[in-house]
Amino acid sequence: MPINITMPALSPTMEEGTLAKWLVKEGDTVKSGMIIAEIETDKATMEVEAVDEGKVGKIMVPAGTEGVKVNAVIAVLLEEGESVGDVKAPIVAPLKVEAVPAPKPVAPVSNPTFNPVTPAKAGAQSSVAVLDPGFRRDDRIVGERIIASPLAKRIAFNKGIDLKALKGSGPHGRIIRRDVESARPGAAQPAQGGAPMMADGLILPQILDDRVYAPDTYELKPLDGMRKTVARRLTQSFMQVPHFPLNIDITLDNLLESRAAINAAAPKDVKISVNDLLIKAAALALIDESDCNASYTDKGIAYHKHANISVAVAVEGGLITPVIFKAEGKGLAEISEEMKDLATRARERRLKPQEYMGGTFSISNLGMFGIKSFASIINPPEGMILSVGAGEKRAVVDETGAIVARTVMSVTLTCDHRVIGGAEGAKWLAAFKRYVETPEAMLL
Amino acid sequence: MSSYDLIVIGSGPGGYVAAIRASQLGMKTAIVERESLGGICLNWGCIPTKALLRSAEVLHLAKHAKSFGLKIENPSFDLDAVVKRSRGVASQLSNGVKFLMKKNKIDVIEGSARLEKGAPAPKVIVRGKDGKDTPYTAKHVMLATGARARDIPQAGLVADGKLIWTYREAMTPDAMPKRLLVVGSGAIGIEFASFYNELGAEVTVVEVMDRILPVEDAEISAFAEKDFKKQGLNILTGAKVENVKAGKNVVTADITTNDGKKETKEFDRAILAVGIVGNVENLGLEALGVKIDKTHVTVDGFGRTGVPGLYAIGDLTGPPWLAHKASHEGVTCVEGIAGKNHAEPFDASNIPGCTYSHPQVASVGLTEAAAKAKGFDIKVGRFPFIGNGKAIALGAENGLVKTIFDKKTGELLGAHMIGAEVTELIQGYVIARQGELTEADILHTVFAHPTLSETMHEAVLDAEGRALHI
Repeated sequence: MPINITMPALSPTMEEGTLAKWLVKEGDTVKSGMIIAEIETDKATMEVEAVDEGKVGKIMVPAGTEGVKVNAVIAVLLEEGESVGDVKAPIVAPLKVEAVPAPKPVAPVSNPTFNPVTPAKAGAQSSVAVLDPGFRRDDRIVGERIIASPLAKRIAFNKGIDLKALKGSGPHGRIIRRDVESARPGAAQPAQGGAPMMADGLILPQILDDRVYAPDTYELKPLDGMRKTVARRLTQSFMQVPHFPLNIDITLDNLLESRAAINAAAPKDVKISVNDLLIKAAALALIDESDCNASYTDKGIAYHKHANISVAVAVEGGLITPVIFKAEGKGLAEISEEMKDLATRARERRLKPQEYMGGTFSISNLGMFGIKSFASIINPPEGMILSVGAGEKRAVVDETGAIVARTVMSVTLTCDHRVIGGAEGAKWLAAFKRYVETPEAMLL
Repeated sequence: MSSYDLIVIGSGPGGYVAAIRASQLGMKTAIVERESLGGICLNWGCIPTKALLRSAEVLHLAKHAKSFGLKIENPSFDLDAVVKRSRGVASQLSNGVKFLMKKNKIDVIEGSARLEKGAPAPKVIVRGKDGKDTPYTAKHVMLATGARARDIPQAGLVADGKLIWTYREAMTPDAMPKRLLVVGSGAIGIEFASFYNELGAEVTVVEVMDRILPVEDAEISAFAEKDFKKQGLNILTGAKVENVKAGKNVVTADITTNDGKKETKEFDRAILAVGIVGNVENLGLEALGVKIDKTHVTVDGFGRTGVPGLYAIGDLTGPPWLAHKASHEGVTCVEGIAGKNHAEPFDASNIPGCTYSHPQVASVGLTEAAAKAKGFDIKVGRFPFIGNGKAIALGAENGLVKTIFDKKTGELLGAHMIGAEVTELIQGYVIARQGELTEADILHTVFAHPTLSETMHEAVLDAEGRALHI
């Protein structure tokens, strides 16, 4: 029987992706383990590896197709002796494709005999789809109740209409078939405007009025997955999270001295940066002030046990935040090496989803651009983000009253006020300042 | 001369229900009736026939008592008593409507109404039993005058009320016919055929279409035909009846069968059930400029006729000629008049149809052929009663449920049932359609065991290739 190759879920939150590139063509023979396609997800480009052997009978989704739903059949493999004529209508079959390398904690289960249905948890969508072909629901609807008839939901899912943007004309404002049928597909898709369109109209579609900005006066570059994600997440964060900034000046002279000493003593290929030291200091401060290593959720405040530091890396066409996991327990050399690797791969867009998800705190550093001070937007669900300005020589009045030159940087801590109060934020900054100004403390 | 918010003409299930709804919404309401409150449905239609069919059903069970381990010697019937019971049921319900009118402070005006030009709505002139005309005015006037059996004089199909009956005489027979001709195999024809067959008459049903119950799904028609034939009914499809003539004691009719053979046959009685015509006459509609299409008043989704202040509902406005359709239209129309915020225009696509023969037939939505003709890509599920424990326990294992779904959206396009109590069961599917449920929702619904309703679940499971008990 021909084998369906389906769109893999490369991350727990992935709903759809862009089929960026096919590395095989119809008629090619593939072996298990061969890379057959590239898929662009929210933030990264991933390779798809064949699990089965066979001949590529039919490519169902051409390269460059956006918005391919997870589990959609993208190609069909023929086994020996089969011809294209054996390819019937695509069936959603147990996932036969894995991402390379398979995301460990949330890999789509590739179990051909039994797929237990778990309550709509991350990743469970694939099992449901296997049990009830054709009944896959719009997963955005699971969990939050949208008052719509089942038929309206199904039609909306088929047509790619976001129910959240519709007004229901049925009893008690229920969205019914006619509401969906009169809506234009994609008209209200959050991805189009970069931000989700709220039913209350708070976030309006983002458009340029042709009468004001004639289309020939600018070049329109379509949004890629990263742009859409950045736009959506930051808009959500800025509008939903009650945030406030705290500023403090930190003297860097001791840290710079220590860094020079460490690098002098280190093996040749190890070179610790100021940023590496700041990552370590931030992680230790988070463990000291554990109230601050927290996320707000509707069910309660989640206090994280480890300091997973997201580090903002500017890449062409966007921004990504790879994570140094459990940074509190890592040595400077280890942090440095990891950071170098992550930053390099981030710029190539080769990060795996689990490498840029799961942070508990973020650092953004614009010091190298000479920015003195700035306040970043919180990276949800993290509770705080630290914005690091340039280290510069400033005239400082010292303990004796004399004016002296010191290397000083200004940092800004943006806090989610739902989890972190002004006093907690200040305490964290004090701890961070202590580690930076007396780097020896980091050795304790 | 009294002035009302609404005058309803005709007190059948369309008219009297509309009047009650109007009264609930605070309208000063009157209803005009020339005969008995409740109209055809209560007095000469739905209700009295159900009483007759119940007698036939009990007789059927009594005849088959042995199969239930019971001893009933020579069960028989007293035709007068059967009819008397039926009339008693009808009059009880007519009195019920009288009570409802009183309770809702609706004035009942006895007599025949006609309309004259007026503003804001036509004037209503009622001729009482004494022959005197009384004029009434209202802001709104609703026509709910219903319909009656159709004669086709060109084909010699005209009822005489003595030997050639319509439904009206058929439910108050003077004598039990030995040989009965039923012309037309819609719900009315089939119900009477089923009733008289059970009581021992030799019944011949003639249908001009190629199958009986032509509005039902073809598979259900075939199932019914097979079952009726087994019960001894003589069914001629694709056949034509002409020149039905009443002699002194017998009726003769020329029957051309589907092989082209024409024969004159003799019967004791004939029932004409070849369709319905709207009661549009003698109301003064022409002078008002009301648009009439083939004896039916043309209306919009809220019953508006185009003449200011004049509305029409029910059988008068066209098929399906069903009491529940009339009631719903009546309510829709009144709510439209009252300007209720959530008034929904009438939607004809989700009206169940029921035939109370033995076995019963019920359906809603599109037949398989209609769904295909509309271009739907469909999946079909079927489940026979023989796979249902309750049906077997009842001794009613002859039946079938068929469901038709849109493959793309999972919408229940149609449901078709034949068998015991399916007229009670169909409502489950009607609600599913009204609530826009998909196959997935029905699949996930728990059905009580043991019930006949489990066949409804299985017929949906079968559409997915997942039926459990077959």
